[in-house]
Amino acid sequence: MYQLTDVRKYFDKGGQIVRALDGVNLVIEDGEFLAIQGPTGQGKSTLLQLLGGLDRPSTGQVLFDGRDLAKLAENELADLRASAFGFVFQTFNLIPTLTAQENVETALVPLHKSTADRQQMALAALAELGLADRSTHLPSELSGGQQQRVAIARALVKNPKVLLADEPTGNLDEETRDEIVALLEGLWRDRGLTLIIVTHDSTVARRAARTAIMRVGKVSIKKQPENKRPAPVA
Amino acid sequence: MRLHSIVDADSRGRMFFTYLRRELRRRAKQAIVVAIGLAIGIGLVMTVSAASAGVKTAQGAVLHSLYGVGTDMTVTKTATFGAGGTQHFGGFGSGTSGTRPAAGTKISRNTLRPTAGQATFSSTAVSKVASLHGVAAATGGLNLSDTSFSGTIPNSGSGGGGFSGGSPNFNVSSFTVDGVAISNSAVGPLGSSQISKGGYFSSTDNNAEVAIVSSSYANSQKLSVGSKLDVAGTSLSVIGIASTSSSTADVFIPLGTAQTLAKLKNDVSIVYVSATSASAVSGVSSEVKTALPSNTVTTSASLASEVSGSLSSAANLATNLGKWLSIAALIVAFLIAGLLMMAAVSRRVQEFGTLKAIGWRTRRIVGQVMGEGVTLGLVGGAMGLALGVLGSVVVTAVSPTLTATVGSTFATAGAASGAFGGGGGFPGAGSFPGAGSGSRPSFFGRPGGASSAAHTVLVHLTAPLQGGTIVLAVGLAIAGGLVAGGFGSWRAARLRPAAALRRVE
Ligand SMILES: Nc1ncnc2c1ncn2[C@@H]1O[C@H](COP(=O)(O)OP(=O)(O)OP(=O)(O)O)[C@@H](O)[C@H]1O
Ligand SMILES: [Mg+2]
Repeated sequence: MYQLTDVRKYFDKGGQIVRALDGVNLVIEDGEFLAIQGPTGQGKSTLLQLLGGLDRPSTGQVLFDGRDLAKLAENELADLRASAFGFVFQTFNLIPTLTAQENVETALVPLHKSTADRQQMALAALAELGLADRSTHLPSELSGGQQQRVAIARALVKNPKVLLADEPTGNLDEETRDEIVALLEGLWRDRGLTLIIVTHDSTVARRAARTAIMRVGKVSIKKQPENKRPAPVA
Repeated sequence: MRLHSIVDADSRGRMFFTYLRRELRRRAKQAIVVAIGLAIGIGLVMTVSAASAGVKTAQGAVLHSLYGVGTDMTVTKTATFGAGGTQHFGGFGSGTSGTRPAAGTKISRNTLRPTAGQATFSSTAVSKVASLHGVAAATGGLNLSDTSFSGTIPNSGSGGGGFSGGSPNFNVSSFTVDGVAISNSAVGPLGSSQISKGGYFSSTDNNAEVAIVSSSYANSQKLSVGSKLDVAGTSLSVIGIASTSSSTADVFIPLGTAQTLAKLKNDVSIVYVSATSASAVSGVSSEVKTALPSNTVTTSASLASEVSGSLSSAANLATNLGKWLSIAALIVAFLIAGLLMMAAVSRRVQEFGTLKAIGWRTRRIVGQVMGEGVTLGLVGGAMGLALGVLGSVVVTAVSPTLTATVGSTFATAGAASGAFGGGGGFPGAGSFPGAGSGSRPSFFGRPGGASSAAHTVLVHLTAPLQGGTIVLAVGLAIAGGLVAGGFGSWRAARLRPAAALRRVE
């Protein structure tokens, strides 16, 4: 699925060069559950942005299904984000003026779906996440865990190949955190998608088959052989 | 393919309008500020432009009131100061100049002279002007002043003291006379429609000894149809009474008669011109200036600069203060709208970054912001339109009375203005007969009498809303919206999708 070769990402921070990624080599398999861990400021989010086509590397190759994301045109990249990648953010990032259902629909807007299809798919996604009765609520009328479920529904409604989550439980209490992690894991298992989660939380990381540890812009892989990749549930 | 794009347009449309409506409702206060700002700017522009249209109408009314209906411009000639005897009373005849008449001498004069400062010129100018492109009609006229003077030279002891001895026994009266071309009454100082009693000149009247008297002069002189009136020593029959504005002449006589009585055969002192359309006026004006370089052309536009009084204040207000004020208000409104939109987009960095991250193309986000801006512009424009209509209705309802004072400077193009001061016409009456003082009385123009030299015309200001003004308002509303949306979009288009991950708030 992914093949990263000597990926570097440098930022110019007021004349000072920050090497957020400094020679990352990484292969991610189809359907893998990968956790990315590491102390703060080590390049985890930067790596996730490159994997999700939100940004381009300074140098190096980010191959996704054989296409180099660094070389795609802006609109091609946008279309790929619309169809192949689902993003979940630590801060939920729901549009505050739109209802839960409308927020989920925003993910289908670039995919040329009819209004009826869009509404039906959004309601189905919300139902799958146990929010069928919250479809007309605004984000401000939902709890943090509910908002993150809406955000996950928005990421999943288009049936992406990859689900990318940047500290999806960082703003949630422990109980809700476990709920969300279990949910993501269940979706990964049921749908056979590739799940990549950035997390500070070892309990979350421990559920992944592999953990990529980030330190000063470089990746080292920690395998957890006791956590076998579960077979998709029929 | 087509079905695909229809489906897309539909799906985009619903989300577009839902999102737009919610966003504006969330920022209701700010949206109201932007819309009100645009509304004030647009309403001001509309009111000012309606008022300037009203001022133009008023200026046209002033010209018509001075020169008669149908006149778009006049062609006159400025007299060179002191050239020829036409400007001088010459009342004492040749040979008596500088000699004090003997006491007790009875003198009586009735002269008909061109209006002060106005020179006469050959009537061939009329046909020259008439043949110019854009001229609908041109007629010649003679603006004259009839002055009668009678009295007895009193005994006087002192040389310079004037009338210190006996009481003066002079009788001076004057009235203005217009020689009217009968051939074409469509343009000129007097049209047949203005006759209120009696009749207009008949086509054979060009040299007849007849006169039409303005109603105000008729009242003051107790004249009526059938009365006799002395002009330059010739008795004319009054055949009609005309209701004219106070600023045109007291007495109208056929042009041929006027030329004979004033001893100005084949001369005119003014050409009344009507243009084929209002837009042709300035073109005709420059054509006339080329064809008749020594003449003066007066249009309502050039008249405007000669007019004093509240009309000119209103014109200044509309064209200067009002215009700049409304442009300034508009620029401020546009800037406020643009900056508020930009600030709003800045506060939504994460929101738009998120939409980019989930696959929205930049164009769609720009469209969303533009949509918000244009909606605000249209709401502001609708409010501004209402304000502008209100402004124009209020101005028209209040209908302020404006005065337009056209001094002698206007009629004489400046040459005699100083000499003729307060309009009384007699310079230094006290020294009038004083020997040795060298003062030889000169009459300039149309002194005293029923009409004053400085004409004051009253007009009501209206503020008519024209189609162009409304188109302008709608255009400004859309422009304001595009500016607001453009500022915001400029900010939004520069957002990277990675902004979605920024931890602000
Ligand atoms: N847009 C940017 N401009 C400048 N510097 C940046 C930018 N984005 C990231 N950086 C820098 O790159 C480095 C890596 O940042 P990154 O956000 O990837 O770290 P992280 O591992 O996700 O940290 P955290 O655990 O705190 O989220 C940091 O030093 C950060 O300051
Ligand atoms: Mg991070």
